[in-house]
Amino acid sequence: MKKIFAGLAAVAFGVLLILGISASTDIFRYEDALTEGGAAARYIAKDVNGSNGEIVFGETNDAETGSANMVTSVIANYRSFDTLGEVTVLFLASLGVSLLAGTMVKNGKRKKSGFVLKTSARFLFPVMLLTGIYIFTHGHLTPGGGFPGGSMIASSFLLLYLADEGFSTRISSFKIAEGIAGLLYTAIGATGLLVGGYFLMNFLPTGTVGSLLSGGIIPIVYVLIGLKVGSEITGIVSSMYNGEVKV
Amino acid sequence: MIKFTSLLLIAIGLYGILSTRNVIRILVGINIMEIGINIFIVAMGYVSDGAAPILSVDSPGSLLKYVDPVAQALVLTSIVIGLGITALGLVFARRIHSKYGTYDLDSIGGDS
Repeated sequence: MKKIFAGLAAVAFGVLLILGISASTDIFRYEDALTEGGAAARYIAKDVNGSNGEIVFGETNDAETGSANMVTSVIANYRSFDTLGEVTVLFLASLGVSLLAGTMVKNGKRKKSGFVLKTSARFLFPVMLLTGIYIFTHGHLTPGGGFPGGSMIASSFLLLYLADEGFSTRISSFKIAEGIAGLLYTAIGATGLLVGGYFLMNFLPTGTVGSLLSGGIIPIVYVLIGLKVGSEITGIVSSMYNGEVKV
Repeated sequence: MIKFTSLLLIAIGLYGILSTRNVIRILVGINIMEIGINIFIVAMGYVSDGAAPILSVDSPGSLLKYVDPVAQALVLTSIVIGLGITALGLVFARRIHSKYGTYDLDSIGGDS
């Protein structure tokens, strides 16, 4: 009975959504936003604070933000305050997980894992860690950035947890790394406030579009986000794991 | 077309949330719904034959040829917050299981 009502509600909801969206032609269309000089067009052309001329990859110097990856320029420069809030939400989630998981009781023992599994996990671990670091240091040039890179670092620790029953990390060291990264992020924001007059301003020279040392504070902020996200998710993983097996 | 597929995913996720009282299944339903919404937002920012919003050596000259970077940035935010919700929800489910011995919300209420 419950399932029939649930199915009816879901079908009605889906039909209403599809009919509503296909019927309204004046719902937001991205092409319009571009031609009218909307936010997206300004972010793409890097002319929020005035025109920069044409942006050419590898040639343009000192363009606004200076990041070749436009999504990164939105996340870590134009809407960096938003990202600060997002990182705080993730911090709250990890804090809640460690508080709730800390008092959980042990249920059952783990089987010992074999030699091949342990060795191959230890062989894969540095490769995954390095790939994560590569992804977040190149976040302003290639797809990726702090969040995928941090998740990859956390997944390398998860691999060790899954493969090796004796492996354990100290959760407090992840908390310290996370706190330092978050503190430095806000410190960079406050430096922008002192130098240029607004929070999280891009106060460094932005360099040539497409080179590794470009984008002003964007690579620094993204490395900090990568470390923070990596240590937060590793903290979530290890507190879930330790809550289950230890204590 | 992708737009309507994502709406279908949202409806499937809603069915998953409504049809069961198992906490883990409700979390899976929430995740399906979230993926549908994310795909919908990204699909709204799509331009036909658009390039990824990354400048490179062979990037198109015209501004109109890039897909919307703002939608992608918002979806990145939403994915990360979804991860936080899922992690917290799973720990809650774990607590419910360690206290009542079941994941089913219907069989925990009333008798204690």
